[in-house]
Amino acid sequence: MNRNIVLKVGLIGGWAMLPLLTLAKTRDFPYPLQLDLPVILWLSLIILSIVLVLFAFSVSSKVKKLFQEKAAARKKQDQDDTKELLNKLSVKQLKEILDLKNKKLLSLIIPVLLSMQPLFAQGNRGINKENILGQFPVIITITLILVPVVIGIIILFMRVQGLIAKYKGHTHQKTTHDLAEFIKNASPEELAELLEKKKKDKAFHLSHTELSGELPASDAKGIISIIDDKNPLVVAVKKKAVSRPKIDPKLSKLIVWYLITAAIWLIFGTTVGEYIGIKFVAPELDSVSWLSFGRLRPVHTNAVFWGWSSLGMFGLAHYIVPRVSNVPLFSIKLGWYSLYLINATVLLGSISLMAGINNGGGEYREYIWPIMLLFGIALGITLYNFLKTIAVRKTREIYISNWYIVASIIFTIVIALVAYIPTWQNGLGETIVQGYYMHQGVGMWFMLFMLGVVYYFLPQQLNQPIYSYSLGVLAFWTQILFYTLIGTHHFIFSAIPWWLQTVAIVGSVGMVIPVVAGTTNFLMTFKGAWYKLKDSYTLPFFLVGIIFYFTGSMQGTAEAFRVTNLFWHFTDFTVAHSHLTMYGIICFLLWGGIYAILPRLSGQEAPQITVGAHFWLALIGLGFYSVPLMYGSTLKGLMWMDGKPFIDSVTMMAPYWLWRAIGGSLMWLSHIFFLYNMYKMVRTKPTKDPVKEVLSEVRNGI
Amino acid sequence: MNFFDNHKNLFTVASLFFIVLTVFVAIIPALDNQNRNAPLPDAEPLSEEARKGKELFIANGCVACHTQQVRNLDMDKVWGKRPSMAADYALNTRMDVWRNTATLMGTERTGPDLTDVGNRQPSEDWNLVHLFNPRIVVKESIMPSYPWLFEIKNLPSEDDVVINVPNEFKKGELGSVVAKPEALQLVAYLQSLKQTPLPEGIPAPDFLYERKKKGGADGESEELDGAALYATHCQSCHQANGEGLVGAFPPLKDSPVVNEDDNLELYIDIIMNGYDARPEYGPMTPVGSTAGFTEEEVAAIINHERTSWGNSGKTVTPEEIKSIFEHVKLQAQ
Repeated sequence: MNRNIVLKVGLIGGWAMLPLLTLAKTRDFPYPLQLDLPVILWLSLIILSIVLVLFAFSVSSKVKKLFQEKAAARKKQDQDDTKELLNKLSVKQLKEILDLKNKKLLSLIIPVLLSMQPLFAQGNRGINKENILGQFPVIITITLILVPVVIGIIILFMRVQGLIAKYKGHTHQKTTHDLAEFIKNASPEELAELLEKKKKDKAFHLSHTELSGELPASDAKGIISIIDDKNPLVVAVKKKAVSRPKIDPKLSKLIVWYLITAAIWLIFGTTVGEYIGIKFVAPELDSVSWLSFGRLRPVHTNAVFWGWSSLGMFGLAHYIVPRVSNVPLFSIKLGWYSLYLINATVLLGSISLMAGINNGGGEYREYIWPIMLLFGIALGITLYNFLKTIAVRKTREIYISNWYIVASIIFTIVIALVAYIPTWQNGLGETIVQGYYMHQGVGMWFMLFMLGVVYYFLPQQLNQPIYSYSLGVLAFWTQILFYTLIGTHHFIFSAIPWWLQTVAIVGSVGMVIPVVAGTTNFLMTFKGAWYKLKDSYTLPFFLVGIIFYFTGSMQGTAEAFRVTNLFWHFTDFTVAHSHLTMYGIICFLLWGGIYAILPRLSGQEAPQITVGAHFWLALIGLGFYSVPLMYGSTLKGLMWMDGKPFIDSVTMMAPYWLWRAIGGSLMWLSHIFFLYNMYKMVRTKPTKDPVKEVLSEVRNGI
Repeated sequence: MNFFDNHKNLFTVASLFFIVLTVFVAIIPALDNQNRNAPLPDAEPLSEEARKGKELFIANGCVACHTQQVRNLDMDKVWGKRPSMAADYALNTRMDVWRNTATLMGTERTGPDLTDVGNRQPSEDWNLVHLFNPRIVVKESIMPSYPWLFEIKNLPSEDDVVINVPNEFKKGELGSVVAKPEALQLVAYLQSLKQTPLPEGIPAPDFLYERKKKGGADGESEELDGAALYATHCQSCHQANGEGLVGAFPPLKDSPVVNEDDNLELYIDIIMNGYDARPEYGPMTPVGSTAGFTEEEVAAIINHERTSWGNSGKTVTPEEIKSIFEHVKLQAQ
């Protein structure tokens, strides 16, 4: 009964009442009822969202209807003041409705704040299925899912408001009224004159030479280019990449090879990933020791980490670092050395892992140190190369991209040294260092580096400066402060010191600052240039990367709490999360960068249709991969908490693992398209176009 | 602002900032743990055989799916008697100069936790069959099979450890499946994984987030799910169909011990303290005392086994078996 009352009050009585209700409830009612409150909040929130959407639709259709009525009225040329008054009144009413609704949108924030209570009550108490929705981190996750929905609603509102503004403009013009007055007062002579003029106007035809004249056209300044577009019109035509003639072809060649080898490791790594993903559904796929699940899993993760992502990042950085310093790269030779070393690392590492040579099973630390040393040397060489380049820069300040990129390389050298010096880490020391290493690996290497890359490409692709340099600087320092602390959140409730676990949780919450600062900065850079999104085939990659940067990172924070560790830790939720981040953020940003610079280096672009196929297959694949996995693994965690037999949780996961394999297949297919696009962008083709032939000869001649 | 226009200033400050934090959240805690940590008095170092098995465990990436940590959570009670402590890992040192320490705590539990698997599943037969192909004993398992740890011999010698593999899992090969030394080493390692008891008088850390009893305040205890208990504790050997596995695990279907009330004391004794009286089958481990069964749980399992697979034994109540239960528990000590 109480629940019903609360539900009714919550829905009808309005959201402002809720804080009062919470207080009342915690004081008056026993424990179980208090737990129900968040569920009610959520129920109401969902209902509210539905109501909002329906309401928005009804408003928009009402406005359209009013428009049609007005148009009909104009046709009749019938001027009715009362009707106009009525029209005006309904605008006010509409406005009122909208204002009311806008207020409601704001109140979405209130329930989230309210439900923060469990955050401060992470004590020893019962957790069960009924109150899982009320857990703060779960709410964060659901909120993250709701973000696109709310954005959709806001867009709808903006459209409605646009319509109303248009409508207002029309009412103020009163053109119909003026016309009626004119007709009433006009003499027959005037009308006849008008008729004569109309007739004359109607008879007029353009000669089609008014502007061009009779002379043949010539484009003396080379402004016009003829687009010989043979593409079928399946996809919208996007803007071509702007060619940049000033790039040293030697540097260009180095970068292209970084990106080619990266793409090869992507295909290799994700083929392995796809294969072991299928093994969840078909464990008897093979029984060869080199291909067994436990050996291939680190082959997959390390190949996409050190092979694909790292090489891709280095490729882009060899372009960015000299460019924003406004000087040539210090040494192209050093660039080649580090390219060889990284490729050697991944090649040797993959073979040794398959052969059963493993450092000890710590994730991403499976390569033994002699192999990882090659990677470390490559980092050292590149750091030297970049620092030497920056040292002679022609700009006064160091552009923010280089802050991120160079710091990332320095930090990763530190991380590798801490993790790999082969003389320490007995007992739990290994676990503490492992937590530090695995998370700094992703956060300080991939994330910090890619942020630097985005700070270059986003303004470049949008052709407008970054929104706020200071926000970038703030994000930089807070990322160092908080990210360094969070490693051990992979070992919550384990035997490592309790205070260290708490520090990691606090650090994970602190990550909100750099993530929000970074996301805001990037999205605000889009401000005033959103229309460029639909003209560009690189910007969608960046936008997806930025959105996942926000949702993926915040999901990480949500996962770090003690209470979410109960049902998410040890399950496939972690796997889904790491794909949302490593794939959703890092891969998409890398692709954006690659599609942005390769055409500039080679002068050749990939067919738009296959770029589109790559984008959509990767994005949809990621959705199919991660959403079922998150859902299934939450159920799995709850089954464990209920004390269900372990094997039941394995059989329960089967359909979700199947979905994961399907999503993985789509992602894998998108990489085939990517490889094809790479080929299209970098191949040297014997062209039939004499102009291009001459150009490529000239280019090769340099 | 001008200060950071110098790349030396900028990158030195950033590096120092990062290094100082690293020292405080990683290096000092790690050193502290490795220096101020000793194994429990009763902890036994790995035997040579088990150490080789651990190397195989690492080489085959078993840690990708199997954790070795009992968290101080109520839900982790199924994996060990007490939460894991720093001392439990103190014996782990670098494998050799090439390879790092391997506490093998893991971050994924696609398969069961192995902290205490040596107590939970000590049977060598079961482990070998399970390694050859997990689906022989656990139909729903998605664990890889490890046939390369075994070989097929037409005439196995007396020293060979022959594995009882049903024909449909031999993939058409004739002859006997014999465990290679590697398989035996890996099993030796798994058998060595046992939680060391704490010294007398030292209390174990608490399990947090205790599960709420569904019965609630009115004192009525809930009906325990015998089928779930059976699946957790008994099914991997006696199978879901109660028929066991020929030559390894006896059937419970139509078993006189299960069905006849005269055998109740023996029945409870076997559940609690294990059994090794029939040469044609492998020995059974003290499943009940390892898992710390209560009389309610034993009754639920007995009732499940007596009413499944065509069995028709008399069902029991916890009260009925209470006296026997106490007696049997005493025997165990």
